[in-house]
Amino acid sequence: MLLGPSLLVSAVLFTLGVAGVLIRRNAIVIFMCVELMLNAVNLTFVALAQTLGVGGQIFVLIVMAVAAAEAAVGLAIVLAIFRHRETVNLQNINLLKG
Amino acid sequence: MPPTLVVFWVFAAAAIGSALLCITRRNTVASALWLVVTLFDMAALFVMLDAQFIAVLQVLVYAGAIMVLFLFVIMLLNLGPGTASDVKGPAGLAVATLLAAAFGIQLLALLRSGPPAAAAGDMARTVQSEGMVGAVARPLFTVYLVPFEITSVLLLAAIVGAVVLAKRQL
Repeated sequence: MLLGPSLLVSAVLFTLGVAGVLIRRNAIVIFMCVELMLNAVNLTFVALAQTLGVGGQIFVLIVMAVAAAEAAVGLAIVLAIFRHRETVNLQNINLLKG
Repeated sequence: MPPTLVVFWVFAAAAIGSALLCITRRNTVASALWLVVTLFDMAALFVMLDAQFIAVLQVLVYAGAIMVLFLFVIMLLNLGPGTASDVKGPAGLAVATLLAAAFGIQLLALLRSGPPAAAAGDMARTVQSEGMVGAVARPLFTVYLVPFEITSVLLLAAIVGAVVLAKRQL
């Protein structure tokens, strides 16, 4: 019964995550938007696990582990960049820009 | 409208609203706190979709551990109120909104093709018979044992990587 609405909400949240990545320049906010996208996908997995078996929920657990690893390493990278450049604004981090 | 659906839409609307606030707030701390609200609302949605254990993990791991890590780094870097806005200018904003809207329309078009049909209420029955932790734990330690163990290697790599990156001199 809730499958259709869940998929709709998940699509909207994923789109909001994409919009956040596109409109912000702060590296940490962009990271948070990526977390939002991961969560939207988790909602899809859980909604489909309702009828298609528990595998979806297992996958959500693994996605959470990946998200935790990504947050730890990503924030360490942000810290390292901040120590060198004194900024987390991606506009100022353009060493590789052609 | 059945009461379950009403409650579902209340939490869904709260999740979408706070996600919107999360991506538009200028203050990074406010942004992070609105994301915490979104994650809590999604935990409520998980409960309604027969994933109680996942909902608990969502609150413990996401809204708890991961978001605390984010807030910790934000405050360590001193990005609180008073920092300049990082939202793109009008031209960049228009292009970004257009791209995101195009993406959203594609996702919604995908939804129109309809979700796969299957026996309804399967998960609810499993939770009834095995309990809400057992329903997830039994397959996790039998069928999905290898992916589960590989996850531990991934976390180890992440720990080592974070420590190496956070060291003063590489």
